Formats: sequence, structure tokens, C-alpha cells
Amino acid sequence: MSIRVETITKTFGQFRALDNVTVDFPEGELVALLGPSGCGKTTLLRTIAGLESPDSGRVMFKGEDASTKHARERNVGFVFQHYALFRHMSVFENVAFGLRIRPRRTRPGEAEIRKKVGDLLDLVQLGWLADRAPSQLSGGQRQRIALARALAVEPQVLLLDEPFGALDAKVRKELRAWLRQLHDKLPISTIFVTHDQEEALDLADRIIVMNKGHVEQVGSPEDVHRDPATSFVYDFLGSSNEFAGLVNNAALQAEGIALSVPELANYEGKCVRVCVRPHHFGIHCVEAAGRIAARVERVVEFGAVTRAELSAVANGKRLELEFPTALEGKVKPSAGTVLYLEPGQYKIFANQP
Amino acid sequence: MRETANAQRGRTRHERNDATRDAPVVKWIVLGLGLAFFLVFLLLPLLAVFVEAFRRGFSVYIAALAEPDAQSAIRLTLTAAAFAVPLNVVFGIAAAWLISKFEFTGKTVLVTLIDLPFSVSPVVAGLIYVLVFGAQGWFGGWLKDHDIKIIFAVPGIVLATVFVTFPFVARELIPLMQAQGRDEEEAALVLGASGLQTFLRVTLPNIFWGLLYGVILCNARAMGEFGAVSVVSGHIRGQTNTMPLHIEILYNEYQFAAAFAVASLLALLALVTLLIKTVAERRQDARDREPQFNHVEPAVTSSS
Repeated sequence: MSIRVETITKTFGQFRALDNVTVDFPEGELVALLGPSGCGKTTLLRTIAGLESPDSGRVMFKGEDASTKHARERNVGFVFQHYALFRHMSVFENVAFGLRIRPRRTRPGEAEIRKKVGDLLDLVQLGWLADRAPSQLSGGQRQRIALARALAVEPQVLLLDEPFGALDAKVRKELRAWLRQLHDKLPISTIFVTHDQEEALDLADRIIVMNKGHVEQVGSPEDVHRDPATSFVYDFLGSSNEFAGLVNNAALQAEGIALSVPELANYEGKCVRVCVRPHHFGIHCVEAAGRIAARVERVVEFGAVTRAELSAVANGKRLELEFPTALEGKVKPSAGTVLYLEPGQYKIFANQP
Repeated sequence: MRETANAQRGRTRHERNDATRDAPVVKWIVLGLGLAFFLVFLLLPLLAVFVEAFRRGFSVYIAALAEPDAQSAIRLTLTAAAFAVPLNVVFGIAAAWLISKFEFTGKTVLVTLIDLPFSVSPVVAGLIYVLVFGAQGWFGGWLKDHDIKIIFAVPGIVLATVFVTFPFVARELIPLMQAQGRDEEEAALVLGASGLQTFLRVTLPNIFWGLLYGVILCNARAMGEFGAVSVVSGHIRGQTNTMPLHIEILYNEYQFAAAFAVASLLALLALVTLLIKTVAERRQDARDREPQFNHVEPAVTSSS
């Protein structure tokens, strides 16, 4: 089911959680709502489910206004961050809940319920846990049961609030791959909330980056990653070295560091920020125009990648550097040496007035 | 290392550890003080009640309970409890629901008000009703005109009992429901459950043991209440005497065996209450202490 939220605003007291947000969620896609905590992503998800009512704006399901529909009539599957499994019911009864509470007319028979719940438990590969209590399950298992419970009512849209937030790193990765496979098998429109950019890039067909109650960028993971629309998105999607200052004669003066890259000519006389990813620096041993001199403070090797922390010679600014470990032999950065860094790829953002 | 297994039985982990162990003398002094207090102030009086009740023999005991005034007192006590407990359950759940699931201004005032019956002396609680409903009270004239008797009659006793027992269920449920949060109710809601279905299938089972615990305490207090009931009762034998009031009258008339016989009924009730309470508490604990999947107590290793 396609969903559209239109000019939604929601405030909690003085806090503006959603500020005139308009977004489209196309049918059948797996969409990530990505942003730091407090950016309004969970509020947006809950608004779609009907668990929060917006101060203004509309939620459209398949082009129809669903704003006045009660949460119980919206036919959404919602997986809560802490799963919210019914603690006094067995796993089986948890999954069966949505079917058992239906009015008599539409309630399936006991045999049908058993079959359906059994199928769902098989789908999440936890059929053998049917008689357990939720408290006897691990976090990853609870997560999958919560998903099975949400799927039992055959929702038109699946909403997941920080689905992997409470899990440890290894389980998180496994479940992520599993959820992607599941979505390929059952192409229900799915929206999930996350603050983990890697998770969003890895899993989603489309990413909506949010900040302070508004949408910063919408696009495919490739688009968002390769071409961030704002410096916030750039920052949020990975570590970044930032140089801010005034452009003069096609060169940037950033607190003592002089930076000259070709595109700066377009920003003559403006205040800009040049952002460089740690792995987008060229590393040199000799000084030259446009290179930033920096002293290596610390070198840490992470398998194929080595990270280094440096401080700029000119003003002591902290810089982050990443390069393939295999390269090390060539340049050999070690603590104390001075390197000359040349921005290879970068992104320039004109400062908002 | 021969002593290990046997000596370790009944000791906590921190006692087995030299680095955290206190001197045994400390343990025995603390234990001794606790036990002595328990024996002198709790167990001895309880025993005394039963010993005194049966001092003059079993037949006197039965006769004291079978006496019409005693029967009437027992009936009245049960009546008061039969009103107080269900009302308490309804008010308690409603108040706890309101406080734990909603945000509104004046919430702290409400929480404080719920505790009022605990902080006010029962005598004052009784006097409030006399002032409001008594012959000289605010509604005294109106009530008299309509021939309704509240003070010195059964309704007054029920009202006073409801007042003093009001906090029990609410007090028990508020922290429980606050700890459980709203997630499960919201989950039921999006799965399509109606408000009533959510309450019956999700909320109520989750608070069941806590509710039972509150009901038991409420019932015990309802049957045992003396002060407030004494003020509004008027002590009319066979009509407005509850068990505690009846016991006092018997005692003042030097009918010790009869007084203790009725008292033993109340004491018995207290014991049963404690028993059910312990079970309820254990069930609630077992539920709240969600055993973690990966949490395994370190095994006690014993070498011989």
C-alpha cells in the first residue's frame, strides 16, 4: 500500500517533533527513516500507525485520507522497539492475538488459527518456541516473534521502530540480512526507523534522512551516500573532516589552514564548508600547494583499513584519516611523522545565511 | 578442603568470599535481635490470642461465636468488606490506570490525595462522616426528611470502611502499571483490539497478582478497621457492631474468653491473608523478574 504524509506538524509542549513534513512511501518498498535521536522519525512512524495524532496535516493510505481512522482500523503491523510482547501469553498466543480478537463474523476457526500461526512461526523460523513464554526468549527471537505477531493480521504496511536497536552487533547483522530476504519474499510496504546509517544503507530501497523534525533528503542509498544534499546528511552518513571559512581568490581560509580545490572559484566571497571523508585524502610525504600539513598522533589498524588521528600543523585541528592497510608500506604514517594531505573527493556546502 | 559442600550450604556467595565476609558475631547479633523482636512482639501476642480463646474450653469458644450478637457482628463485618472490596477494586484500577497511562496536570495532587486515608487518623475519618451526614451535619436535615439513616447505621460503617481502605488497590497497582508502561496496550490496539478487549486480555492479566495482593490487604483492613467504624457505628449491639467493636465490648465486660474467641477469628483471617499474600507476591515477583535468556547463575563448585 502506498502511503503519503502531507504537511504533518506535531508538537509535544514546546518541542516541535515534526515540522511540516511531507513524504511519499511508494508501494512495496523497504524505506528507512534515518536520523539522530529526537529528529522526529519515531513520531512520524507512530503518526502513520495512528498512535499519535498530528496537530495538522494528513496521512493518506492509497490516496485516501486515513487521518480520522482509528489505529485499530488502519490495518498496520507495528513492531515496537522493545517488542511489547504480551508477557503473560505464550509465543503462540502472542502471534494468534490479532486473529482471536476479531469479531465473530471475521474470526477464523481454531484450526485455521493454528495453521496460520504455525506458518508464521515457520516463516520466522521459530516454530519450536511456540509454547515458550516471551521472557524465555533471547532478544533476537523476541524481535522475530514480534514481527510474526504483526504479520498475522495481514497488514497492508509494516512499521518497525528501531527494529535492531536493542540487539548486540552480531545478531543485528544476521537479522538485518534476514529481514531483507523476508521483504523480498513478502513485498509488503515496510517503513523502519533507525539511527544507524549503515543499517539504513544496507537494508533500504529508499532512505529518508530526517533532522530536527524535517526531511533533509530522500533518495536511494547510493544517491544519499554519494550525493548528500546538505552538510547534515554528509555528516550523518559517515565521519567527515570539515573546513569552514571564507573563499578568497578561489582558496579557502579555514582558521589558518589554506585549502584550494578547483570548485571553490564558484563560491568566491562566500562562507563555505568543505567536507572530506577520512578515506578521501591523498597522502603525501612532501609539501606542495593545496596540501594540509598534519602530524600523526595515533595509528590504529582494523584489518584491511588503518585509521589515523592527526593534528593540523597550522592550528592543531584534529583530522581523521583512513587508508588501506596494504598502502602502509608505501607511506608509513607513524606517530610523530608529518604528512601532507590532499583532498581527493570532497563536498562543498555554502553556509546557510 | 573437606568442609566445603556442607559448610557452604545456607551461605550466600558474599559470605563464602573471604574478601567480603563479615565476622560471624555480627551475623548472630543481627539475627538474634531480629528473632527476639519477632518472638516477643509478633509471635507471642498471636499465640496469646489463641491460648486465651481456648482457655475455658472448646464449648465456650463455640458458644461465644454462636451467640446472636457475635453472629450479627460477623455478618456486619462481612457486609462492610463485601462493599469495600469491590468498590476498591473499581476505584483502584481506575485511579491506577489514570495515573500510570495518562499525563495530566494535577497528577501529583491526585497521587497525594489517594494516600490521604493512610495519613489521616481513622478517628478523624469517622468524624468527617459524622460532620457531613450526622444529625447536626451538613446533610443531616435533608437525610432526616427523606428518612435515610447513614450515621449510627450500616451505610455509615460501609462508607467509613471504604474511606480507610481506599489506597490499598491503587497503591499496589500504580507502580506496577507504571513499570509495565503502555507498549503492550498499544501493541494490542494496532492489532485491532477494542478498549475492552485490551483491558481484559492484556492489562488485567498483567496486573492480576498485584491486584489480588491489593484486594487481600484491602480485605484485611476492611474487616479489622476499628477507629473510623467506631466513630460512626454508635455501638448498637446486634445492629451496628462489627467484629472489632464487638471484641472491645466483650473485653470491657470482662468476658475475656468470648472476646478472645472472636479475636481469634480475626487473627485467623490475618494468617490466611498473609498466606495468600505470600503466594501472590511470589507469583508477581516471578513474572516481573523476567529471567534473561543468557543469564545463568554461576554454578556453585564444591571440591572434596
